[in-house]
Amino acid sequence: MNMKDKKKESSSRRRFLRNIGLGIGSAAIVSAPALASNGGDDDAGEKVKVLTSDGKLVEVSKSAIKVAREETKVQILESQKGLPHRKFVMVIDLAKCKNARKCVDACQEGHMLPKDHEWIQIYLLQDSDKSAKYWFPRPCYHCDSPLCVSVCPVGATYKREDGIVIVNSKRCIGCKFCMTACPYSARVFHWKDPEAHVPEDHVYDPELNVPPVEGTVGKCVFCADRLRNNELPRCVKACPMGVIYFGDLAEDAVTNGVETLRFSSLMVDKHGYRYMEELGTMPSVYYLPPVNRTYPVELGFEDLDPAISERYKTQTITGEKNK
Amino acid sequence: MSEFKENLIKDLTPEIEKTSRSWYMIFGFFLVIFAYGINGLVQQIDKGHIVTGMRDNVVWGVYIVNFIFFMGLSYAGALVSGALHLFKTPWRAPVIRLAELITVISLAIGPFFIFFCVGRLDRLPYLLAFPRIQSPIVWDVIAILTDVFGCFIFLYISFLEDFAILRDRADLNVAPWKKKMFRILAIGYTGTEKQRKILGFARNVMAAMIIAIAIIVYSVLAWIFGVTLRPGWHSTIFGPYFVIAAIFSGVGLLIILMAIFRKIYNLEKYITLKHFVNLGIVLFVIAAFFGYFTFSDYLTKWYGSVKMDKILIDKLFTEFNLFFIFANYIGILTPIIIIAIPKLRTIRNITIAAVIALVALWVNRYIIIVPTLETPFLPIQETRPDWTNYSPTWVEWALTAAGIAVFGMLFMIISKLAPIISISEMEEAEEKRILELSKEKES
Repeated sequence: MNMKDKKKESSSRRRFLRNIGLGIGSAAIVSAPALASNGGDDDAGEKVKVLTSDGKLVEVSKSAIKVAREETKVQILESQKGLPHRKFVMVIDLAKCKNARKCVDACQEGHMLPKDHEWIQIYLLQDSDKSAKYWFPRPCYHCDSPLCVSVCPVGATYKREDGIVIVNSKRCIGCKFCMTACPYSARVFHWKDPEAHVPEDHVYDPELNVPPVEGTVGKCVFCADRLRNNELPRCVKACPMGVIYFGDLAEDAVTNGVETLRFSSLMVDKHGYRYMEELGTMPSVYYLPPVNRTYPVELGFEDLDPAISERYKTQTITGEKNK
Repeated sequence: MSEFKENLIKDLTPEIEKTSRSWYMIFGFFLVIFAYGINGLVQQIDKGHIVTGMRDNVVWGVYIVNFIFFMGLSYAGALVSGALHLFKTPWRAPVIRLAELITVISLAIGPFFIFFCVGRLDRLPYLLAFPRIQSPIVWDVIAILTDVFGCFIFLYISFLEDFAILRDRADLNVAPWKKKMFRILAIGYTGTEKQRKILGFARNVMAAMIIAIAIIVYSVLAWIFGVTLRPGWHSTIFGPYFVIAAIFSGVGLLIILMAIFRKIYNLEKYITLKHFVNLGIVLFVIAAFFGYFTFSDYLTKWYGSVKMDKILIDKLFTEFNLFFIFANYIGILTPIIIIAIPKLRTIRNITIAAVIALVALWVNRYIIIVPTLETPFLPIQETRPDWTNYSPTWVEWALTAAGIAVFGMLFMIISKLAPIISISEMEEAEEKRILELSKEKES
């Protein structure tokens, strides 16, 4: 497909979406076989029901439907560009986190990950043995100077215009160099077959990164598939405490789904910081310090799976065993 | 033909002409180990990398250690043979071929350990199809490919004269296919003045080139680690440190192979104590450099006590203490002591020192790779012990053993196809000796 065709296709798609007044990507929800069999037929009278991204069921004529994102190749190219004029940013309010782990569950469900693959991992940290412990959710930081992207030998991981770093599971050769390059342990490897049960008509898309592939590296993708539909990432939506804020630096606004705040004043008022700023990786994830906490840290151990509870007994300061 | 050459050929050709029963037995033994390794590889491909000891924190293990180790041997072989040739070292003749063979054989094995480490073996061609020049792995791919060509050419042109000698010997009692092979590989070389000139020039050029290539290529390999931000790896000394370490292991292996072939192929007349002592002195100098580099790297880290460096060094001095002592004290001091005291300089002692140096260097590689990966910036909060601490599984050991077995097998096969001591080099050395003797007489 040359550039001209691609442009034509995308502009016609936009027109279509405008006409029926739906968000981008809603057409992708229509099952692929139905589209394939009726794409070019002249049966304008027939109507089909289509589910929109905001949950409404609408009727459109079959002939007007075009598949918005039909083949993997286009999606991969699209996924490399990112959303235009956006710069996504995340703010995590450590004062509110109580280790409810809803973000982890939502992430694993959404990306069909095995239980031991935590794209967002919750640490129990302590800055020194005199200071208090606090819960510390760590997604991928989507650094603006990402070492993982620099070291990838085949371009399987890339930095997009909107700041998101994505892994293409169809390109990754599994050399794990990115895992040694990332200072935040944000990347995980599929050491065995992930055994994800994907619907048959599912088309691979790096923005969702489903299905996971054995022998490749995975990590948080800021739910780029949802952002394309103007939705918040899964972890942000799932968090019952409103810990995670997500937004666009260009709009200078972040939201946790309940309240929307001005990013720049939030950083100043609450003294936002980035984890290990001194490494020069320039993360897109900011933290608000764990002061005036909503819940005591012990609450995080309530109703916790004993296997997970056990891991916080190992070490809270790097290199120092807990007493 | 001179009497010297005649005797030399008589001493060396029996190994090409016939194969002993013990040769087959040792070869069969290696073959069994190799099959065991293949079994491990099949398991790994079938069940995934979960059968190895590698996990999300320690993503690289024994495979990478072996890769660095074999590549180091290869580069060392290139450096040593290149330097011996270029500087016209007078005693080089009986040992230079062994060094050249180390280069090529290790080079044929090393990259396989990267293949074992890669999660998707089927996508390996992507390295050539979609290379990104920003990545040090791509630098390494380019470097190794260059090195493969350079080393094979160097090895071939150093064999060329011997192929011609073997081709011209009618009384050589070998299979017809071997005779045919010598004829083809000699590509019409007859030793005319012009041919000798061209060959000599080509060998000089290639010797200089492979010295440069070896240094560049091994530095590139070191930078794969150096460019990351990891404690212990993020060090400016890594390039030269790796090059020195490589020569250290390569000279060690050369001494070991000299001892082995001297014994089983009855080469006591040609490979003498002088060669062991001379290479021992090279080992001594390199050990001193290697110890100096190791010391200065760890001293600055320990004294500065940056948090992550301190945690790493604490780990090396507690959990990995025995490895550290063996790799960096015993491994470096033993060769220094044995060579420094003239009384201790026997063939047996020097060979023991070389074995210790070689094993210690492997362990040194291990404690460069594994402890660093066990020390990420964020604490490892994990209950599964294999996720926190790396320990290699039988699959990794099986493939490691298979790598060594293949090294042995390739050496054994080549020693049956061509003389393990270069006839042409020996002849040249002898001619020079006679020339000098006659000059002395005249004056």
